[in-house]
Amino acid sequence: MSLDTGSASAALVRAATSETRLARSILIVVALGFVVLFLLLPLATVFIEALRKGPAEFVAALGDPETLSAILLTLTVAGIAVPLNLVFGVAAAWAIAKFEFKGKAFLTTLIDLPFSVSPVISGLVFVLLFGANSALGPILQSYGIKILFAVPGLVLATVFVTFPFVARELIPLMQEQGTSDEEAALSLGATGWQTFWHVTLPNIKWGLLYGVLLCNARAMGEFGAVSVVSGHIRGQTNTMPLQVEILYNEYNFVAAFAVAALLALLALLTLVLKTALELRYSDEIAASRRH
Amino acid sequence: MAFRSSSRRRWQFRQPSVIPGFGLALGVTLTWLILIVLIPISGLIWRSSGLGWSQFIQLTLDPRTVNALTISFGTAFIAAVVNLVFGVVLAWVLVRYRFPGKRVIDAMVDLPFALPTAVAGIALTTLYAPNGWIGSLLEPLGIKVAFTPAGIVVALVFVGLPFVVRTVQPIMEEIDKEVEEAAATLGANRFQTISRVLLPGLLPAGLTGFALAFARGVGEYGSVIFIAGNLPYVSEIAPLLIIIRLEEFNYAAATAIASVMLLLSFIMLLVINMIQAWSRGRYGNVA
Amino acid sequence: MEVRVQNIRKEFSRFPALEDVSLNIGSGELIALLGPSGSGKTTLLRLVAGLESPTEGTIFFGDQDASKKSVQERNIGFVFQHYALFRHMTVLDNVSFGLKVRPASRRPPAAEIRRRALDLLDLVQLSGLEKRYPAQLSGGQRQRVALARAMAVEPNVLLLDEPFGALDAQVRKELRKWLREIHDRTGHTTIFVTHDQEEALELADRVVVMSKGAIEQVGTPDEIYDHPVSPFVYGFIGQSNCLNVTLASGEIWFEDRPIGLRAANEPDGAATLYFRPHDVELIDGCGGCLAGLVTASRRVAGTRHLELDLGRGHPAIEIELPPERAASADHTRIAFRPTRWKLFRKAERPQAPSQSVDTQAHELVRVGA
Repeated sequence: MSLDTGSASAALVRAATSETRLARSILIVVALGFVVLFLLLPLATVFIEALRKGPAEFVAALGDPETLSAILLTLTVAGIAVPLNLVFGVAAAWAIAKFEFKGKAFLTTLIDLPFSVSPVISGLVFVLLFGANSALGPILQSYGIKILFAVPGLVLATVFVTFPFVARELIPLMQEQGTSDEEAALSLGATGWQTFWHVTLPNIKWGLLYGVLLCNARAMGEFGAVSVVSGHIRGQTNTMPLQVEILYNEYNFVAAFAVAALLALLALLTLVLKTALELRYSDEIAASRRH
Repeated sequence: MAFRSSSRRRWQFRQPSVIPGFGLALGVTLTWLILIVLIPISGLIWRSSGLGWSQFIQLTLDPRTVNALTISFGTAFIAAVVNLVFGVVLAWVLVRYRFPGKRVIDAMVDLPFALPTAVAGIALTTLYAPNGWIGSLLEPLGIKVAFTPAGIVVALVFVGLPFVVRTVQPIMEEIDKEVEEAAATLGANRFQTISRVLLPGLLPAGLTGFALAFARGVGEYGSVIFIAGNLPYVSEIAPLLIIIRLEEFNYAAATAIASVMLLLSFIMLLVINMIQAWSRGRYGNVA
Repeated sequence: MEVRVQNIRKEFSRFPALEDVSLNIGSGELIALLGPSGSGKTTLLRLVAGLESPTEGTIFFGDQDASKKSVQERNIGFVFQHYALFRHMTVLDNVSFGLKVRPASRRPPAAEIRRRALDLLDLVQLSGLEKRYPAQLSGGQRQRVALARAMAVEPNVLLLDEPFGALDAQVRKELRKWLREIHDRTGHTTIFVTHDQEEALELADRVVVMSKGAIEQVGTPDEIYDHPVSPFVYGFIGQSNCLNVTLASGEIWFEDRPIGLRAANEPDGAATLYFRPHDVELIDGCGGCLAGLVTASRRVAGTRHLELDLGRGHPAIEIELPPERAASADHTRIAFRPTRWKLFRKAERPQAPSQSVDTQAHELVRVGA
């Protein structure tokens, strides 16, 4: 041992700037244990419970008309809310990233506001706005317009909670890219729209997709806000997460976990696409991965 | 020329730019922001101010409300502490070590962002219920998790897990190898280097992640209600109490609880911003 | 403390970074490791520090084998290129860190640590800034904090990696002079790495010129500049001209005529002649000389630089003359002869001396004024 000075001194150098093998192993075991306990086991439980009585039960549970209508409703709500926030997100990012104006920092804070509001409060504000005892409620009712306990209310609540996703993904990205590309296009005679379609959009497309992906995952999975405004009318205003709750509370565990498994698959798909985007287009996605 | 130079000194809403579309973009942004966010939130504030002081105080000091708020903030705080400790360890392992499956683990950290909270809620409940995989292991030890405040903490740990990891991780990746070497040349052993040099440098990011996880935990609803048991005064969280009051058509009480929670989350937001401003001013970096 | 590097070899994943390097550094010396990037100078510094481990060879601090000690045990002071200050600690905490992390048995009392740190901050002229954070300092101030921090542990040897590399020219010159003063006052054995020859020649007691993982020459700045031992050193330090010449019975020939320089005891054959631009004399009427056409003339401060075309595709030669003597020479054909020069045999390419040992074997005795 003592003759082998080369590797002995190499070990001395390693010890100076890294942990011992034992410490490493302990830290890895602790970290992995934490991940398994809090992430992997819950995820596995969803699929195991869904298939507990075999694939036939699983498929049958998903074929239930109320469940099918919940799936359709979730797709409808996300299908409306996500494009709306996409347009908003691009407009907000354009205004904030490409221009200098007074109150910009304040505007950015306001855009982030829905993230710091409890989902239940996000639903509550619409109940207070459109409910029977509000100023607007009776007026709308007299025209036969139903917002609460109907699709418009679900869309509004979903738009509220997913409001910042696209914008906050695009703003740092577009700030980093600056305005020189656009200025070059304009100097070459392109119109504003041409510049946006041919220069700006190609530069931000992967970041945009990333933002839409996260926005969609939240839109389809939102529970608290939607729960407040939905009214839980079976087959009509129950989205997939609400259907999960109802089935679970009825002790119909297989059906509840079957719907949950569909949502979990959506989450996994989101994670796979998100990771793929991060690996391939890391430089075209905003650095901040916070939500 | 004279006109131009004088106009430059005048107060300007925005700096001149050749880029088109400012009016349209800002118009869409403000319209959407006002319609979707500002009017509804102001509605809540207006309704709660309509309650009057005495009624507001009376509603918020209702013992059940106070208990619910205490449980929400208390469990969220404990969960954020757990996440701070394990989040820093997890981030360290992901940044520094190589082991099989690291990529997958790194991607899985975002699961709580992607998995609907209701799904997480029923899965955790099934696991920690007395007859569940983990619950049945804890039962003989006399530890009950599901349907107790401990269950709330478990759910909030799940929900808040990515926040600390994802705020600390990029800062850890940026640590200059030279800084660790410098500590070693000055005679610090590995433990001293980590505890006195590396961890204090991560403090602002860790606090930010902690505050984000805490804020998220306070407002969380979907993952908690299944596992909490929802016993008034014991395991009833504030968001659930809002819904209960709404179902009783007690709008005043619901509004009062919501206002208190909203106020507290604004304070949290302010604290996060202050941590970042403090860290930027002192250390020249963003947490 | 004296430092002896003995037969050190260092490989990075089979790529040799240092090959059989030996070097003795006396106690209290200020040594510069000078070379282009990739010459192994930083690797050598990190090996002395204990931040790398040698593949073969030994390093002694005094008569102790330092190779058996970890970086923490070697008690060295290391100033990193980008300073590596602890950004969450104040200037004072940075400087006292090395004393605070000592085991309780060797740790001075808190008041003593504080006093020593403040003394050091005074030495590096940063008194009054002890409560600042590194982000609130200028580049030059950070550099000085890094130096004070390294000196606080009373190191056996002070090691500096490109200490002025990240600073702008003005600050660099000031700090250079100041570092020399500090060294003279404290007397630490000091090794610093630089790629800037001016810095090395101005600052160091001795300069170690390195290239491709080997030491080319060790000597005082005068020796290095006046007596380069290899084409590499000739080319790397200062300006130099090189000409392909032939030797015939002790005479040096350029093209088809002798140039009036004798190299006795040297076998016939091809060689390369090296001389500095300012080591020339002008000659009237050429009995044996070099002659060329002036193609460009530039006034640089106190001298005039002339560029000469010697014809037939030879590289242009640059010479420096006092302005009054050069005035008449503009745009004419002039004759000159090197006064100090050196011959290296053909085998060595001046840009890539393969091994310094071979070069020395072929070295000639310098002749001339």
